[in-house]
Amino acid sequence: MEPILEVSNLSKNFGGLAAVSNINMTINKGELVGLIGPNGAGKTTFFNLLTGVYEPSEGLIELTIDGKKKQIGGLKPYKITSLGLARTFQNIRLFKSMTVLENVKLAMHKNAGYGVASALLRTPKFYNAERWIEEKACEYLQEVGLYRKRFEKATNLPYGEQRRLEIARALATDPVILFLDEPAAGMNPQETDELTKLIYHLRDKYNLTVVLIEHDMSLVMTLCERIFVLNYGQMIASGTPEEIKNNEFVIKAYLGEEI
Amino acid sequence: MAKQLYTRTNMIWTAIVLSIFAVLTLLMQTGMINSYYESTLFTICVNIILAVSLNLIVGICGQFSLGHAGFMAIGAYVAGIVTRYIPTYGGLFIGILLGFVISAIAAIIVSVPTLRLRGDYLAIATLGFSEIIRICIQNMKITNGAAGLTGIPQLTTWPILFLAVVISIIICTNFVRSVPGRAAIAINDDEIAAEAMGINTTKYKVIAFVIGAILASLAGSLFANYFYVLNPNQFTFNKSIDILVIVVFGGMGSMSASVLAAIVLGILNMYLQQFTDIRMIIYGATLILMMIFRPQGILGTWEFSVDRLLNKMKRKKEAV
Amino acid sequence: MSQFLQQVVNGLSLGSIYALVALGYTMVYGIIKLINFAHGDIYMIGAYTAFFVTTYLGMSFIPALLVCMIVCGILGVGIERIAYKPLRKAPRITALITAIGVSYVIEYTMQFFMGTSVKTYPKMLPDISWQIGAVKISYIQMVIFTVTIVLMVLLTFIIHKTKIGRAMRAVSADENGAKLMGISVDNTISITFLIGSALAGAAGMLVGLYYNSASPLMGMVPGLKAFVAAVFGGIGSIPGALVGGLFIGVAETMVVAYGSSLYRDAIVYIILIIVLIVKPAGLFGKNEREKV
Repeated sequence: MEPILEVSNLSKNFGGLAAVSNINMTINKGELVGLIGPNGAGKTTFFNLLTGVYEPSEGLIELTIDGKKKQIGGLKPYKITSLGLARTFQNIRLFKSMTVLENVKLAMHKNAGYGVASALLRTPKFYNAERWIEEKACEYLQEVGLYRKRFEKATNLPYGEQRRLEIARALATDPVILFLDEPAAGMNPQETDELTKLIYHLRDKYNLTVVLIEHDMSLVMTLCERIFVLNYGQMIASGTPEEIKNNEFVIKAYLGEEI
Repeated sequence: MAKQLYTRTNMIWTAIVLSIFAVLTLLMQTGMINSYYESTLFTICVNIILAVSLNLIVGICGQFSLGHAGFMAIGAYVAGIVTRYIPTYGGLFIGILLGFVISAIAAIIVSVPTLRLRGDYLAIATLGFSEIIRICIQNMKITNGAAGLTGIPQLTTWPILFLAVVISIIICTNFVRSVPGRAAIAINDDEIAAEAMGINTTKYKVIAFVIGAILASLAGSLFANYFYVLNPNQFTFNKSIDILVIVVFGGMGSMSASVLAAIVLGILNMYLQQFTDIRMIIYGATLILMMIFRPQGILGTWEFSVDRLLNKMKRKKEAV
Repeated sequence: MSQFLQQVVNGLSLGSIYALVALGYTMVYGIIKLINFAHGDIYMIGAYTAFFVTTYLGMSFIPALLVCMIVCGILGVGIERIAYKPLRKAPRITALITAIGVSYVIEYTMQFFMGTSVKTYPKMLPDISWQIGAVKISYIQMVIFTVTIVLMVLLTFIIHKTKIGRAMRAVSADENGAKLMGISVDNTISITFLIGSALAGAAGMLVGLYYNSASPLMGMVPGLKAFVAAVFGGIGSIPGALVGGLFIGVAETMVVAYGSSLYRDAIVYIILIIVLIVKPAGLFGKNEREKV
């Protein structure tokens, strides 16, 4: 169990409002971690802090790469992504003018290995890199079962497939940690089931650590090894699915029961 | 040279380009295109370079620039001044290169701070920068200030200009179909998602902006060495708007549309020259009607493609 | 020192005119997010209207001012209805190009009918000036200050105390929400154009009297400067437009007085760029961030 991401005393205030306050969390390599909580609990804000969309008001986010710790809180999103954190979005954000394949190819620019000059002059390097990108992108699409739809416009896909395409696109950035923001939202039970298998498969194949926000409790309880619960911006519980199910604070947060 | 360049598509393109060149050259030599039409043709060519390069910034990368005339002015004045001292093709070449360097530096100075801005704000900031460039030119000794620069040697010949047009179009289309080009399109589609995919949005915006500026400077240099007089008033923000109009009129994001629009508007403008009084009124009214009834431009995002044409022909043959 | 103060006064009178024009920009941008490029031309129409009603109809100052404001207000609404209304849901670049088109049509239609020659006004205001300490304030400057202050107070009253003002603020904050609350968005936008254009009309007349001239392309550069003033103050903010206008006016006058008149326009753009880089939302603007 070696930690890959350590969050300490992380807080974010918007004006006077504390959207996330004083969160401590350690995520280990290869883990499947769930982040749950009622609407407005600060889950997405927390994701946005980890992926650089927001700058933390306080606290540290440390990523361990090749045995070295690096503070990533407050870095620009693109830098964080290139260090190996990839994400999907709650309100799908695919590139609307691009095809399915182009969406994935776009995410692979990190390892493209050619610059503007090669692109403009069409050197052999350009053609080799483009061939590699194309092959690799097709591979990712096969993983999520969208290879046959690769020439379609991304936004013409049905909802569930758009979510899977977002996963393929995140995968294409070559991450070590994958953040999924409500990956099962809008999916039917069968699709959710397939998604569960897909996440397991991707984790094993690409040695990923997966962190997901989800409201579908059956998905979270079957998939996640460890669960963190947020409410009003604070972490109120963490543990295995069994522990969380029986945690009185969690029950109170969700059902509003009196203790 | 990469062997992948020798595809059927590229061969066909080469053939198309060479025949256009041959036909136009022949027409000029036989006098079918007289000197009056010739100046229209040269203006159209300069406008094609300006339009495709602005399309790269506005249509592809989605960065709304109203300052293209500033970069054109830099190219025009640098080449104009250099060739007045060295009135040879070598001088023109040096002038063009020096124009590239200066316009690239100017583009970086303009773009690094302003490209954080969005939409209208960026438009106004670029407009401001281009006006500052013009005011500087107006007040400098070397540019002969508001009186303008005269006696620039006429070094822009038809083959040079045609070659420049072809190269500009190739650079723009090559850019679009590459990693940096895809990054630029992604920024246009959804900047936040692009950044989350690891794209340094500022970097790619600046790259698109600098390439656009360099090509605008090329257009300016060739313009100066064909029309042999320069005046700061040729590069007001009205000029930037004219270029933007070509891009929008054709269809944003499509290079073929920019080429077509430059030709159509160029010819239209030639006929409207006879009606100086109402020319601008018609121009303005056309803009309004166009935006109300066909805001996506003549071609929209449609791009002319030899590949697609070949496929269609093949399918037709199979159907027969 | 006395010369400096004198320049401040001159700058403030120029700035008042910019402020009146900037108000129109700021109101229109605040409500439909359009840089109304034709706004500067409405100001030009104001100057010409003043020229006509005073020269041919012999009107005195106040009636002429009212006629200018009415004519320009109606023109503004007409432009909005014909050119901008069909594009309300269109991308911003489309609307912006339409605005540029409108601007060309107005400018060159005026040029077609009026020619390029500069019109001069009949004498309307007495040649009095007041000496306050070391500073001399001319009658026309006094008129400019008074008109600007009166119109500002009136506008503030309309926006904050009347029903239509509330409707304008509501549409500006959330168009769909306002519609659901039973506000006629179309009418509210038209009234915004009416008020903004009327103010530009007043500014046009004042500037015509101040410089004693009117020409078809006179609106272009002041239009841009007024827009800069609006951005400086924070687009959508009424006090911002006033402060921005006055600041730009003073800055420009100072550059002419102590620097070089050749750079009088450059200073405005430099101010614009500095503002956009340092505080893009302007002095009184609010910063908005896209939700992820």
